[in-house]
This record gives sequence, C-alpha cells and structure tokens, in this order.
Amino acid sequence: MTEDLKKAIIDYVKKEYLEEDTQDDINESTPLISSGIVDSFSMVSLKTFLEKKFNIKIPDDKATPEAFDTVNNIINLLKEFKVV
Amino acid sequence: MAYSEKAKGYFSTELEGIKEAGTFKEERSIESPQAANIKVEFPTGSPPKEVLNFCANNYLGLSSHPEVVAAAHEGLNERGYGMSSVRFICGTQDIHKDLETKLTEFLGTEDTILFPSCMDANAGVFDVVLDKEDAMIADRLVHASIVDGMRLCKAQLYNYKHSNMEHLEEKLKETQDCRFRMVITDGVFSMDGDIAKLDEICNLADKYDAMVLVDDSHATGFMGKTGRGTHEHCGVLGRIDIITSTLGKALGGASGGCVSGRKEIVELCRQRARPYLFSNTVPPVIVAAASKVLDIISKTTDRRDKLEEHTKYFRAKMTEAGFDIKEGIHPIVPIMLYNAKLAQDMARDLYGEGIYVIGFSFPVVPKGQARIRVQISAGHGREHIDRAIAAFTKIGEKYKILGKQKNEIIEMYGL
Repeated sequence: MTEDLKKAIIDYVKKEYLEEDTQDDINESTPLISSGIVDSFSMVSLKTFLEKKFNIKIPDDKATPEAFDTVNNIINLLKEFKVV
Repeated sequence: MAYSEKAKGYFSTELEGIKEAGTFKEERSIESPQAANIKVEFPTGSPPKEVLNFCANNYLGLSSHPEVVAAAHEGLNERGYGMSSVRFICGTQDIHKDLETKLTEFLGTEDTILFPSCMDANAGVFDVVLDKEDAMIADRLVHASIVDGMRLCKAQLYNYKHSNMEHLEEKLKETQDCRFRMVITDGVFSMDGDIAKLDEICNLADKYDAMVLVDDSHATGFMGKTGRGTHEHCGVLGRIDIITSTLGKALGGASGGCVSGRKEIVELCRQRARPYLFSNTVPPVIVAAASKVLDIISKTTDRRDKLEEHTKYFRAKMTEAGFDIKEGIHPIVPIMLYNAKLAQDMARDLYGEGIYVIGFSFPVVPKGQARIRVQISAGHGREHIDRAIAAFTKIGEKYKILGKQKNEIIEMYGL
C-alpha cells in the first residue's frame, strides 16, 4: 500500500513539477521544497492533489514546507490522517 | 518595556540567518536623480562613484525627464502636496479622474482605478472579484504581489507550469465545476524578460469560459507597436478582462499602480478593494507627472522605438561577445552564469568598471539559474550601451566564460 502510494505521489510530482526536458529524477527521499523543485507557491497543487485523493482537508499549520519536503515526509503526514 | 531580551535575541538570530544564507540585502545610496548616469555611495561611507545604471526599471528614461519634472512642479503648485484623505472621503481631485481616463484610453480598456502601488492593486483585486466557489489559475512564475493577493482571496488556487499551455488547459478542465475561473499571469516575467503567450491564453480562456488577468508592470508604456503593453504585442487588445500595472517603472517611475479593465470590476474595486479604501490617495504631484508621461508617449513612439533598437543592439552584441543570454526581445536581458558566487563576483567587478548591475540567485530565481539581470533604457545613449558591452567583455574574459555553453560554465564554477 505504502509503496503504491509513494509511486503515485512521485508520479504526480514528476508530471506536475518537472519540465519534460529535465534530467532530474526523484525518489522518496529527494528534497522537493528545500531543493527548489517545488516552491512554496506551487506546493498548493500537491496539497490539493492529496486532499482530493484521500478526501481529507490538510490544515494550513500541517501543510508546512517541512511536511511536504520529501515523499517520505508526506507519507508521515498522511499517517496522521489515518489514510495510510 | 515589552521588547524583551528573548524577542531581541530571536530577531537578531533571524537577521544572522539571512546573512549566513547570503540573501541579506544591502541598500546602496544614490546621490543623484534616477538616470543613465548616477552617483552611488557604496560601500556605505565610501566616496560617491559615477556609474552607468543598468538595473533600473526606467525603461523609457522618463524618471527625471525635464517635462515630467516640470509637470510634477506644476501639480505641486496647482494641487498641493498631500490630500490627507482616502479617495472616497475627500481625496479625489479632477487630475485623479483625468489620469484614470487617460490610462483607460492608453490601455484600451473600459475603466481604470488608481492604487497606491501595483502591489496594492494585486493585493486588492482578487478578493474583490472572486470567492470560495471560484478558481484562480496562475502561472507559477507570477510576481510575489500576485501570490500575496491570491493568498488574501478565498478562491481555490491552482497553478500551471510556466507558460505551459497544455498544463494550463489541464487546470481549466480540472476546474470546470467552479463558478468563475480566472487565468492569471504576468505580461512580462521580471527575471527572464520572457513574454506570456497572451494570444493562446485568451483562446483557452474563451474556450473554457474563464477571465484573464495580466500584470503588465514590465510592459506598460513600451511593449507593442504603440507601447500599450503585452496585450498589444500579442494582438489581444480588448480581450484582457483585468490589467494591473504600475506608474513606478516606465511611466515616470515614482509610484502608484492601477487596475484597468471591465467597468463593473473596476467599480467593484472602488467599492470594496481594501488597499484602495484604506490607503491615502496617490499624491497630486505623482498624478500630474504620470499624466504628462502619458501625453508624451501617446504623442510619439520615439522613446519605445529607441528602447527597442537599444535592446536589439545590446542582445546581438552580447551574444556576439560570447555570453549566454536568455533569448528574447525585452529590455530585461538575463546574462546567464548559473553559479551564485560567479554572478555576485562579476556584478562586483562590473561595478568597479563603472557599470551598475545586480546578480540574482536562489531564492529570487530557481536554483542553478544565477544570472546578472541587465535592464536597458531609452535614457541610455548608444555610447552607454557600448561601454557596458566593453566592460562585460573585459570581465567575461577575466572569468573565462566567453563562448562557453551552460554545461561548460557549470563545469568550471559548479552550481
């Protein structure tokens, strides 16, 4: 389950944020926000994606750059909502 | 005293953190009017140095133009210094209404409302027009003032990859259930000088029944054949629902901004936009001078034509000299260096040569995209442009980057 979920999030991040001609690749521990792949403004798409996928509402105080910085961190965040 | 040691310590640590991150901004004192030639005291305490300014938004060279300064004096004499009021109490003079009418005519819209700045225009407009059942779909590289304005609005926020029309279309499809959608973009993006694809954006907006908002701050006055802006350049005059722009760049460069567009939206801003309602009116002296600027640029396109010519010349000569520059036609010319330290070092050396430019790096631009941003002005003479090219070439040789491609520069200096 967790592996499928990781893959789904990685696929979304690649499609949503990486340019087609990029050579960057990402895995579950790649920093997304602190590396600049996803900026704090663009992070909203990722939040909306997760909220729609799991039918949850992530409050602003939980949707921090740290909580979204890696796919592993995101999985940990989702565990708080008991959807993983 | 409530300013505790704890608070003081916290703020000091924050400041140290900014310095350690290399993002601490030091202001340089200029001891002359804004122009191509300026006198700068930098570092603080050193004797003023005469340099050529290549980092102002003074695109049309009107910031200190004698006719504009004279109009400002006249405004000051005829209508006074301050209004001590917001617009709707006793802060609206005849000249405010005249300037709004002139801007409407110049931009080819239905109506215009002045704001204290374009930052305020962007901070106010979204909350007035959209609500929680609506969607804002913004380019990822829109200006910080738009990001802040959208954060103040309850509408759902979506964004699309920079200038990527397929991605924009996906987002338009995704939001079809919303009451209203608004596509939001800069006309010209301030770090790369690239131009939004407004023709394609308008076509998509028509197809999916969305409004379009363009912040044209880096275009009003000189983009397009008669300088109306990016909408003229892209052939979509009359198709942009909301244009926000500034008087603080090409249009005299003092301050002030506007929302121009559909008349109902402009009127709603007069009734509800908080930065408009709760800020003082734009001072008469600025209104009078901005009005003169519009007279000057409506009468002749000489200045924007000169700017276009200078830009073409500078871009061609810098490419010929072997610099890696972002292609385009805008007077914002990014000289790509990729490495943050290299950008800072070269900007410092260019200053030593009498050329004032600024190096930009992360987080202002994406990581690994450090550059020096050159801004050309109609206030420059050809000899100024030539001096800049010569200085860049000398410094480029020093750092051995002339004729080098991106990967070669990265290999030499790292990211």
